[in-house]
Amino acid sequence: MNRYFKAEILGNLPLNINNNLLTLFPLEPVFDPKPGQFYMLEVSDSCNPLLLRPFCCLRKTPENMQFLFTVRGTGTALMKEFRKGQVIHLIGPMGNGYPEPLKGCTPVVIAGGTGIASLFSFIESTAGTCRVIYGAKTKDELLMLDELRKAETTLTVCTNDCSFGEEGMVDQIFMNFLRSNESLRSSCVLYACGPRPMLKTVAAIALDNHIKGYASLEENMACGFGACLGCVVNTVKGYKRVCKEGPVFPIEEIVW
Amino acid sequence: MIDLSVNIGRLKLKNPVMTASGTFGYGEEYAEFVDLNMLGAIVVKGISLKPMEGNPPPRICETPCGMLNAIGLQNVGLKQFLKEKLPYLRAFDSRIIVNILGNSVKEYVKLAGALDEAGVDGIELNVSCPNVKKGGIIFGTDKKALAKLTARVRLAVKHSILITKLSPTVSNIAEFGLIAEENGSDAITLINTIPGMAIDTETWIPRLANITGGLSGPAIKPVAVKMVWEAFRAVKIPVIGVGGIMNVRDAIEFMLAGATAVQVGTGNFVRPTATGEIAEGLWTYLEKKGINNLKDIIGGVNGASTNSNSDN
Repeated sequence: MNRYFKAEILGNLPLNINNNLLTLFPLEPVFDPKPGQFYMLEVSDSCNPLLLRPFCCLRKTPENMQFLFTVRGTGTALMKEFRKGQVIHLIGPMGNGYPEPLKGCTPVVIAGGTGIASLFSFIESTAGTCRVIYGAKTKDELLMLDELRKAETTLTVCTNDCSFGEEGMVDQIFMNFLRSNESLRSSCVLYACGPRPMLKTVAAIALDNHIKGYASLEENMACGFGACLGCVVNTVKGYKRVCKEGPVFPIEEIVW
Repeated sequence: MIDLSVNIGRLKLKNPVMTASGTFGYGEEYAEFVDLNMLGAIVVKGISLKPMEGNPPPRICETPCGMLNAIGLQNVGLKQFLKEKLPYLRAFDSRIIVNILGNSVKEYVKLAGALDEAGVDGIELNVSCPNVKKGGIIFGTDKKALAKLTARVRLAVKHSILITKLSPTVSNIAEFGLIAEENGSDAITLINTIPGMAIDTETWIPRLANITGGLSGPAIKPVAVKMVWEAFRAVKIPVIGVGGIMNVRDAIEFMLAGATAVQVGTGNFVRPTATGEIAEGLWTYLEKKGINNLKDIIGGVNGASTNSNSDN
């Protein structure tokens, strides 16, 4: 099994103007990722841009692995140009991933924007028991909806501009959910990934309601495997590496 | 028979490929990517007397063909290094060089003495970290301070070889190399990162929490090659070249400029297998060129040498 491996690009499907679904075929024996683990993807074989880019694995099957990405800068702009047949290097799976939910608990999954990529396989693995709240700025930015509906889960979708689903932001939906599900509250465990301000808000709501939870964080990263010490976040136990001790941290440990 | 071995003072390395301090953790981070037995030497993350927590994030950002970092010398401290990290490294057939940093001559001496006693193969004096207020840079940019520090540490080091890692932020690198040599260094390493800064033009905020950081990667390679060439012509002790080495061609370039050994830094992040590949690549290169002894290429740049260095 190799943690640094080559993979061939099988497809790079534009889902909308900014988001693509990348499908790769590993050319070497590789490990299976746990939900929430991530990979470093080589975006160029030149030295500009220099660094690999971290992405959570959306899904891995025996045949292929998929990544969801949003075009944000130079690296992801190059990824949009990935063509079928091209071969790239990857490092992974890296990081800790989401802890498996204990028996009897109700996972409440909150995803914002492309945060869904990190949580998608977690949702699939806990199908039937988890409640999913998924928000994006606009209808166009809601991704993988059909797939999520197939996952036999309670799905609530919302958009900031009210173009689809419920009105408002995920934190309001979360509060409404807690208000109308008093009996479930004690068994709820939060699993969240999305923009930092969103995470901060939903973590505060969870902690106020004595709900345990986990958030997957992002930080600039050079290596992805614990060597550069570049990706630390501040926690109550000091600086922790997103790539090694994270990316998933208990919400009460993060210094927001 | 191709011979890749080189000598750094009395320390013989099986090949000239080292890791650059701060980019290779304590070795274990790379064990599943590289056969650590293949490396000439492993230079570990800089060690201070007490553990250091490092700078707040963001600590790194990418720049054209390079990256800025301001990690702030986060490390486990001497005690934990000796107890947990050093025993792990000893299992490998590779030389162990420990980079050290302190706030005072006394601290450097204490660190060097303890590591020498613990039996590490080499001690690399970090006098050039640009990212902490007392990260040794004062010793790297002040000739008197460097002379005093090197001489004092030399007295404390009996068995290990002593290497001084120089800062590129001096007007004449050769002078600082000579000071290290005159005061007992067995070798000099250059260059450390070059101080730099980047600003987010949307938010107008510096891209590093520390505001400034150290630039590394291919962007600094020509600067490093030139400084290695200058230092090589001035000193008799071996020069260890570092700065933007990504592959075997880069390593050869440094050796042609005068490096006896090379360190791979940022290259490890981009290609975690880089060090092993470079060691293998050197063999292939020599075979193709019909050269038996790697030492023969050191300082071999054509048409640029005015002062040969026969001690390497």
